[in-house]
This record gives sequence, structure tokens and C-alpha cells, in this order.
Amino acid sequence: MATHRIRVTVNGMAREAEVEPRLLLVHFLRDVLRLTGTHIGCDTTHCGACTVLLDGKPIKSCTLFAVQADGRDVLTVEGLEQNGQLHPIQDGFWQEHGLQCGFCTPGMLMTGYALLQHNAAPTEEEIRWAISGNLCRCTGYVNIVKAVQYAAEKIQQGGA
Amino acid sequence: MMTLRTSPEVGGMGHAVKRKEDPRFIRGQGRYVDDIELPGMLYLDIVRSPYAHATIKNIDAAKALAIPGVLDVITGATLAKYNLHWMPTLMSDMQMVLPVEKVMYQAQEVAAVLATDRYSAADGVAAVEVTYEPLPVVVDPFKALEPGAPVLRTDKPGKTDNRIFHWEVGDKAATDRAFRDAAVTVKQDLYIPRIHVSSIETCGCVAQFDRVFGQLTVWMTTQAPHAIRTVFALVAGHVGLAEHKIRIISPDIGGGFGGKVPVYPGYVIAVAASVLTGKPVKWIEDRMENLQADSFARDYHITAELAAQRDGTLTALRIKTLADHGYTDAAANPSKFPAGLFHICTGSYDFRAAHVEVDGVYTNKPPGGIAYRCSFRVTEAVHTIERMVDIMAHELQMDPAEFRKKNFIAPEHFPYTSALGWEYDSGNYGAALELAMHKIGYAELRREQAEKRQRGELMGIGISSFTEIVGAGPSKHFDILGIKMFDSCEIRIHPTGKVIARFGTKSQGQGHETTYAQILAEELGIPVADIQVEEGDTDTAPYGLGTYASRSTPTAGAAAAIASRKIRDKARKIAAHLLEASEEDLEWEPGKFFVKGSPERSKTIQEITFAAYTNHPQGMEAGLEAVSYYDPPNLTFPFGSYICVVDIDTGTGEVKIRRFVAVDDCGNIINPMIVEGQIHGGLTMGLAPALFEEISYDEQGNIRQGSFMDYLLPTAMETPNWETDKTCTPSPHHPLGAKGIGESATVGAPAAIANAVVDALWHLGVRHIDIPITPEKVWQCLRASGVTDR
Repeated sequence: MATHRIRVTVNGMAREAEVEPRLLLVHFLRDVLRLTGTHIGCDTTHCGACTVLLDGKPIKSCTLFAVQADGRDVLTVEGLEQNGQLHPIQDGFWQEHGLQCGFCTPGMLMTGYALLQHNAAPTEEEIRWAISGNLCRCTGYVNIVKAVQYAAEKIQQGGA
Repeated sequence: MMTLRTSPEVGGMGHAVKRKEDPRFIRGQGRYVDDIELPGMLYLDIVRSPYAHATIKNIDAAKALAIPGVLDVITGATLAKYNLHWMPTLMSDMQMVLPVEKVMYQAQEVAAVLATDRYSAADGVAAVEVTYEPLPVVVDPFKALEPGAPVLRTDKPGKTDNRIFHWEVGDKAATDRAFRDAAVTVKQDLYIPRIHVSSIETCGCVAQFDRVFGQLTVWMTTQAPHAIRTVFALVAGHVGLAEHKIRIISPDIGGGFGGKVPVYPGYVIAVAASVLTGKPVKWIEDRMENLQADSFARDYHITAELAAQRDGTLTALRIKTLADHGYTDAAANPSKFPAGLFHICTGSYDFRAAHVEVDGVYTNKPPGGIAYRCSFRVTEAVHTIERMVDIMAHELQMDPAEFRKKNFIAPEHFPYTSALGWEYDSGNYGAALELAMHKIGYAELRREQAEKRQRGELMGIGISSFTEIVGAGPSKHFDILGIKMFDSCEIRIHPTGKVIARFGTKSQGQGHETTYAQILAEELGIPVADIQVEEGDTDTAPYGLGTYASRSTPTAGAAAAIASRKIRDKARKIAAHLLEASEEDLEWEPGKFFVKGSPERSKTIQEITFAAYTNHPQGMEAGLEAVSYYDPPNLTFPFGSYICVVDIDTGTGEVKIRRFVAVDDCGNIINPMIVEGQIHGGLTMGLAPALFEEISYDEQGNIRQGSFMDYLLPTAMETPNWETDKTCTPSPHHPLGAKGIGESATVGAPAAIANAVVDALWHLGVRHIDIPITPEKVWQCLRASGVTDR
């Protein structure tokens, strides 16, 4: 099968690879770049475990080809921590017990991070709507909502 | 409530210690099975049947083998050469690994493609050509038992029908007599549908067979690694796999809920492929395979009857159940209990007589009978009794709360032996219900409901006062394939006072790395930060039966306490040596021994530990280690009362949960933050089957909910803001007074929701709605009663 050379900025670092045109972005991240924090939980774009940011917008990386990310900017869960400092959204999930098995967590973190980028003080309803494309089987969502609220407060206090 | 015996820095029982496992998960550094990559690893993908029942006429692999990267196509014939095409189930039935003759359900494994990468393996699957000849399909379990129904298990010599088992418990004569004498009886058919745990991580493994050392290592999504090792050794011993050469590693697990207890064919094929090639082989199922082929839960067709006196005193319970097991009995139950712990179905109530019958049936559906986050069929039991009690209360025109209180087992009657033979260890059901009623404002809600009814608005209040039965189990009753259901903890304290503790259980998100460390901190006074907890590697962990049925705290948690106390006993001897005092003169407080009456003469556990390696008494063995294999004397019986308030849209039939108050009692609590999190999650997995989730089949055996397009997990939008509270009735026999909490809420919640909906509609003549209570089902009720003509 013919391959394409793509150049993607992932977590601030330029990465290049030869990929099949059908390679999904999530497999590019996981199998080619070995960034395994981004997970796969379904085949139909419902669970959101594979959520990453593409040019700042949350997308489900199981429904995008790697070649579609050519020349663009991708942020994954591995890129949230900066200079050894957890991002407030990461700290929020820890402090508020917003995770149990941890499998949906990277997708939830990325969705929560993206929400706070454009809405610094979301209401509970806005948080629930934002994460409604991310399924969690463990937490019942209550503490995930609290985790995002925690992060919003920390960011407003100048935490990030 | 229990008092705190340790400081927050030590972090013993009762402290809301932040989880030790979280730093890796919030950085995306968890290590799940699909994250494992080994040099030269091959990928396995599976060809599945489009038919629910068909003879396999031919499998043509030529086109698949022509695809670059495809190395082999494994069929039942391949495995039959090694007698590995069938395997035993946990219930001692037989299940196909790969078929040689016919398929028995849609999505059954038919062949496996081995390739150098995921995409080539998937290409190979699409290119394998299988010729089928369809056979008559048996979907309805009632029709399966009719004379003349096609006999499905033609592999079983002499089998002439589709019945798997008939099982009954209780005093039939006394129960029938009580029904004859009863002033009031109610009878209801309830169907508790087939559902699926759908952990967000699907199942999979990496199998690595080393030909030089004859060593098999399997990283797999399993809740019970040791039991799996033994099963592998028993099933594949004849091809040379011996238990000391098998290592099962269960890495981080993305949710289990019972779905990662069974051995699925994919695991076995991957192991076989690795043994055949000498290369590591990865198999990861996708979501559709997971939903369509992995073990289901529930699928109980129940007819239940209650008898009562005119004053509302319950006298007898009678239940008949048809259990649809699919094509083989692959339930994950203790061996002696073909219907699990379903006979906890007398619930929280004092019955003098009860009788239960269950018939297991084969159909052309995937096998299973796992828990869906409950202890072996407890949810089926609780849903039945809580629905029936509500129906009886309404029938007698009694308030459902008052009716429950009248019939609860009284606190002074514990330990209580039920009519079906369980000895409940402890309980205070009235206190939990009172607290829930107070918290939700029950009386005011009833007034509001009456007012709204006048205006034609539909509002319902539902109660569920459930009793769980967890912590299997006492070895005299509980085993899996003969292996007794104890569990274990091994503690080693290093010279500098740091600890490694290993367990026979396996967390799938429950937070064992934190809560087990807290038990050790409580018992030894060593800070949680200094304690490393490990599970899931059979080469290092002591033997145990794994994590399911809320058994980790009741069994391995107890083992942690007992092993800690063994260490404390030895530490006392060393402290006496160091302090030149007699052992009897020493007193313990968490973290140190001191001489009675002179607390300044003391030795910390860290000082004692160092001495255990540097200055131990002559004649004593060095070191400070202990192991405990804990066999509980009884099960534990967590309980709770849940109250749900619903509003129903009279136009669409949509049920809106306005409030849900959950009062739980799990005895003494190790970590209140984690307990609350478990309850939140459990409630959401109770909401799910109550309103959304069901797996059903058409008459040809085609699954109707084979992906997340149709199988509806609750999102954050449907899930209410759970309100929780607790009472505390410690278990009298557990060393820590704890009971287990992971599943209570899943068990108790569906009945509260269903009861609320029926409560809203009772005056319209509605007596029962089977879960999931979809808008369509409610709308049909509203239309039938003339509430809506839309």
C-alpha cells in the first residue's frame, strides 16, 4: 500500500513518519509514536477515550486519519504536564477522585482542558454537556464534574 | 462512626487518602494490556459468525494468506490436533475455542488470523471465506424447553433437551401452605434483561511463549490471575504447559465489573498462536466483539409471588425462574451455586417460608452469566424482592416505607438465619431507611405527589431497602473449580521500615494500592507513603482468587489485617528485647510499642524493623515478614436504603430522575473518599439497566444492540447528581469490621428507580414495567390509560 510522509507537531515536538493513508490518528499516536496515554474504547466514536486536541479543538482520534493531521498541531495527555508541574485539570482529577480505573481519564482530561480554554468558569450543566461525548463506567461523573470545577478555580486563581 | 486511630500523615483507616495510583493515570502513564509492545510481536484478529446457528461447510483461507503480512489462519481443525478446540467453563460445561462443526451464536469465533500488524490481521479477517449452512435458531428460552425444540448441544451424548439444570432451595411444602393460608397474595412476572458490563477497556492479551525455557507469560485483562494460571495448567497440561512455567500478569485494568473473570476463546487462541510460532502474540478485541461475544449478565425470566396477612405482615415468598444461559453454561459462579446467590432473594425482610426454583436453559446466544458489578446474581434477587414488596404495599394501600419497616428483620435478631439458609451477620435496616427518608424529605414529597396528581402531573417516589451478600467466601461453601475462595496478603518490611505488600486480588479501578496500604498503616502505624502494594503478577503475588463480587476487602483486606498482626506479634518480641522489658509489659499504639506506665520508654515500628535485621534476639529468625491466607468464617452483608424521585413527561413518557438519595452501610470504612466514589459509580451502573441498557435478539438470533450506537451507556447528561450518606454497622466477624462496597449501589439502585416510576403510574392501573424503562414503554402505559392521545 502506498504511504504518505506526514509531519505533525505532537505535544510541541515536530514528528515525521511514513504512514498508510488508512492509518487512524489514534494508532499513529499509540503505535508509531508510542504515546499510549490516548486510549481506544469503541469503534463508533461514542466513548471518547481517544480524545486529543487538534489545533486546540477536542477530536476523537479514532475517527481521523493520521494523514488528516499532516501539518497540524496535536496535544495528548502526555503534553499536559509542563516543567514537572501538573496542569490544574490533572490535579483536579486527583484531588476530587475524578478517576478510578483510569482508562477514560486521558480523554476526559483533554475534553475538560479544552472546555476551560474557551470557558474559564463553566456551570455544572456546561461541564456535563462538554463531557457528554466521553463515557466513564466507574465514577458516575459526579467527581469528574467536581474535578473540572476544581481546575477552573485553580486557573482563575492563577494556577496555570 | 469509627474513630480515627492514626494521623493523616500515617493515613490509616477512615482517612480520605488521595489515591496512590492516580499520578500515573493522570499523566497517561498507566500500563494497560494494549500498551504492551514486545519485539517481533504478532497480531491476532478473529473471524466471527454472521449466523446464530449454522453448520460450517468450509473455511477457505487462501485469499487471506495471500495478503502481505498475514502469516497464518488458525481454525478449529488446527486446535483439534492438540485437543484444544473445546475448553471447560467455570461451571464445568464445555465451550468451543474454535468450532470444527457448527457455530452456536452470532459473533462466535470461527477462525483467527495471525499477521505482522493490526491492519494486515484485519485485512485477513475480511478475506477468509467461510461457507455456512444455517440451522434452526432457538432464541426464546421458553420455546427452548418445549417438546420438539431443536436440541442445541449435539456435542453432549444422550442430551435430548435444552435444559441445563433444575435447582431449588427452601421448604416447598411450608411455602405452599403459607400461600394457601394467606389473606393477600400478589404475583408478578419480571424479566431482568440481558445486559453487558462494557468496561471502557475491552478484553485482550499479549501471550509470549519462550521455546528455550518452556515458559509462557500472558499479560491479560483478568480479574483473577491466579485462578487463570491454574485453569491454563489444567486445560493445557497435556500439551506441556505446567503451572510453574506459566506466568499471568494482569497489568492496569480499565474496568472489570465481572466481565474480565471468564476465559474467552480469544485468550486461548492467542496463547496457542504464541506456542505454535514461538513469537509474542497480541489479541485485543474491539467494542463490537466485546458487546456481541463476551459474557452477558442477568437474562432471568422470573415469576414471583408474595403472601401476607391483612395487617401487612409478610409470610411467604415463592419464585420460579428461567435462566437463559446462551449455548453453554459459562456463568462465573461458585461451583455449588448454579444460580449464584440468587437465594438471598428474601432480602431485608423476615419471611417464615420461602421457596425458589431456577431452570437453566440453552439458547443460540453468547454464553455468560456474569455479574455486572454484583455478587453472583444478587441484583436479580434484590430487584425481585424490592419490586414485589412495593407491589404488595400498594396492593394493601400501605405506604411503601411503613410497609418495609413493618417487615424488616429487626436489629436485635442478628445474626439472622433466613428461610433460604443464609446467616446474615449484621444489619440495622430501619436506621438506614429513616436516614434516607429524612434526607430526602419523604413526608413532604408524598404531599407534593398528592397535589400534583390532582393536577394530572406524574411524580413518583421509589424505595429500595436492599441487602447485599458479598465476600465469598467461607471455603466450606465456596469454590471455583474446586479451588477454595480464600484470599491472601504477603507483607515484607525492609530494614529501613519501608514495606512491600502483595495480594491475591486484582484492582480494576477500586484503588487497592491505596486502601490496602491504609489497612497496613492502621495495623502497623507505618505511613501509607512508605507502603508499596502490588497485585496481578502470579510469579510474585501469593495465591488468591481475585477481585469480583465485592470480595477484596472482606477477604484480602482481612488477610492484610491478619498478616499485619502476625508482624506486630514478632515486633513485640523484638521491642521487648530492645527495651529489656517483658512482652506482657508492652503496650501498642499505632506505630510504636511502649512500656506500660512509662511511655518515654518506647520503640517505633521503624526502629523495631531495623533491629529485625541488625539486632534481633538470639534464637529468633531475622527479618519481618508475614503471609495470611484468609478464609472468612461467613459472608458479609452490606445494606442500604435508596429513595428516588422521578417526574414523568406525560407527553413523551420520558422519566426524569429529580433526586436520588443513597444511604449505604458497609460497616467500618477504610477510605471514605473511595467508598463514595464506588457508590457513585455503582449507582450509575444501576441507573443504566433501569432506564437504558438491554441486549436483545431478533428471531434469527441477530443481536440488536451490538455497538455503542444502540447499547446506551449513561453519559454525564443522563446521570443525576447522586446524594449519599451512610450508617455504620460493623461486621462482627471481619477483623476490621468492614463489609465491601463496590457493588451495593448497582444492586440496590434499579429497584428504587423502577419503584418510583410505577409509584407515579399506579393510580392509572400500572402494576409493573420491566427494566429498562424506556420512554416508549412508559408512553404505552400513558396511552393505554388515556393520559396521552399523542
